Amino acid sequence: MRAPRLFRTLAFRIVFIYIAIFAISAAGLVAFTYWNTKRALDMQTDQTIDAEILGLSEQYQRLGLGGLANVIISRSVRGGQSLYLLTDQMRHPIAGNLDGWPQIIYRPNSFIEFNYERRVGGVSTLRRARGRIFALTGGFQLLVARDVHERHETVRLFSTTLPWSLMLMLVLGVIGGGFMSRNLIARLDSINDISREIMGGDLSRRIPIRGSGDEFDTLATSLNQMLDRIERLMRGMREVTDSVAHDLRTPLNRLRNRIDAALRRLPPESAEYTEIESAAVEIDQLIATFNALLLIAEAEAGMAREAMAQIDLRDVVEGISELYGPLAEEKGLTFDVAPSGEAMIAGNKRLIAQALANLVDNAIKYTPEGGKVRVSIENTPAGVSLIVADTGVGVPVDDRVRVLDRFVRLEASRHSPGTGLGLSLVVAVAKLHNARLELADNMPGLKASLLFPHDTARAIARAPAENPALQIAAK
Amino acid sequence: MRILVVEDDLEAQRYLVNGLKEAGHVVDDADDGEIGLSLSLSRPYDVAIVDRMLPKMDGLKLVEELRQHGNVTPVLFLSALSEVDDRVKGLKAGGDDYLTKPYAFVELLARLDALMRRRHPAAVKTRLQVGDLELDLLTRTAKRGEASIDLQPREFRLLEYLMRHASQVVTRTMLLESVWEYHFDPQTNVIDVHISRLRAKIDKGFDAPLLHTVRGAGYMIRARA
Repeated sequence: MRAPRLFRTLAFRIVFIYIAIFAISAAGLVAFTYWNTKRALDMQTDQTIDAEILGLSEQYQRLGLGGLANVIISRSVRGGQSLYLLTDQMRHPIAGNLDGWPQIIYRPNSFIEFNYERRVGGVSTLRRARGRIFALTGGFQLLVARDVHERHETVRLFSTTLPWSLMLMLVLGVIGGGFMSRNLIARLDSINDISREIMGGDLSRRIPIRGSGDEFDTLATSLNQMLDRIERLMRGMREVTDSVAHDLRTPLNRLRNRIDAALRRLPPESAEYTEIESAAVEIDQLIATFNALLLIAEAEAGMAREAMAQIDLRDVVEGISELYGPLAEEKGLTFDVAPSGEAMIAGNKRLIAQALANLVDNAIKYTPEGGKVRVSIENTPAGVSLIVADTGVGVPVDDRVRVLDRFVRLEASRHSPGTGLGLSLVVAVAKLHNARLELADNMPGLKASLLFPHDTARAIARAPAENPALQIAAK
Repeated sequence: MRILVVEDDLEAQRYLVNGLKEAGHVVDDADDGEIGLSLSLSRPYDVAIVDRMLPKMDGLKLVEELRQHGNVTPVLFLSALSEVDDRVKGLKAGGDDYLTKPYAFVELLARLDALMRRRHPAAVKTRLQVGDLELDLLTRTAKRGEASIDLQPREFRLLEYLMRHASQVVTRTMLLESVWEYHFDPQTNVIDVHISRLRAKIDKGFDAPLLHTVRGAGYMIRARA
């Protein structure tokens, strides 16, 4: 199972990495401060204890055990944070404000920490102390310590709350990061959605601008300006093809009309009739070439994108096969259609049908009697392929790119009828659908496949399912 | 039949009007969209031929207005525009047929005949008959005389279309558009193959052929030559 979408987004990853780095450095900083402060405080305590031990040992040397005991008693009475205990060899207390020897490992001359009981007004509390044992001559022991309970409590509190604070910081950071990245994702999503609609053919859509003047607004403004230009170019292209169409069709139309008028006046048996009739055939061929060129220009300019809809390639294959199948059989070819599952793509049905018709027409034209033509649909992870395979003359490897150009006809086909625009139209239709036309060797023959990649299908998935051309015309 | 021609290219208009008159129709003409609209609203026409691009009011607008007035005169659009989605726009605006310039006059005449025939449909038929050829639209069966004819579904539709337009010229483009619903130039004459197969089924072995080829135009089904 994949992680939820939020965790896979770049925005969330950035926020998360930032929080992690921040937490680690904060923890490091706090640990260093803690360790340093504790060390400084301990050092202060230790120096005070050392000074007292030094003083007391001098007293002992000067005044002996009794004098030392007196000094200790008088200091003990003063109270404060200092703690004293003077014992004999058996560690029986002689003087001091500690009740008894603390439960510690006996380590003379090094600093130790221990707990002791302090009674104030009948209430006994367990407190923390830090001190040092000093061995006096004659086996007497002197323990000098200071109450460090407050410091100890602070440190303890500090070390127990620190992990929780860090945890809380992480949790809050993750939640905050989630919100922040959700906001970013929402804005990116809106840009992506609109881009998809535009790719699907609705060139009038624009990305909304919030007016906050942030980076997204800048991005949206640039994208919108780009879209304005594309729309202007498309409109310009449309106007050019429309006026080319109009300006050439009008005189061609008059010419065709005159020929028709002449034909109507002549007796069909006359020689002139035959002459003019063949002129009509010629001009019809010219018109067909012109129409094909115009259609290629329109498809390449992406104009027909407006008429995109969800279509099942099986319907196209079925229709075209039914139309061309008898032609193939008439020529003595085996024509068959491979069964396939549903193959939905977003496309212009008319143009795809025409592209397939051109491929099938070519296959029939260039396959000699007794050959085979097979139409199939292949669903691969990369996309849906529309395949026309024949056992005909094929196209030499070196010519496979060239035959896609306009008006290119190979030597072998020079004498059969055709405009030389069939494959160019297929290429233009492929380009319109972000598809690819591939020519391969069918051994023998030609295998032409039109591959419609899946991501195109998804990109234009929002195209309305039914007759979008009508809906657009209604706007 | 009364026909209105709305066309601003005067030469094309002249040929159109003359051709239609020669074919025995009564023709009115208009040079711009406004005149075209007022004529079509004031006189009854069996069919109107309207150019897509007209001065004062373009063809789409003209037909939209006409339809808004409740006028159902069949309209055939003529267009010199590029036509990937133009046809759809024309039909959406209320046009009944669409022909791209340049066109062959026989194509236009055949389409006009079909449009005018559509205007006066006979009572809903369940059975079509041409000579001794009968087509039963309910049982989807065909027979000629006593012999029943086995037809593929598409052959049935082809024969049905021809028989609905019996004694009329039907062009290859009309068949491609109506029977196969394709609006493109198939380059090779695929239709001819389908017609010859159909002919083999309905005419082979009979003395009087019913399915005729009309030179330079298309096909016609008719009982007697």
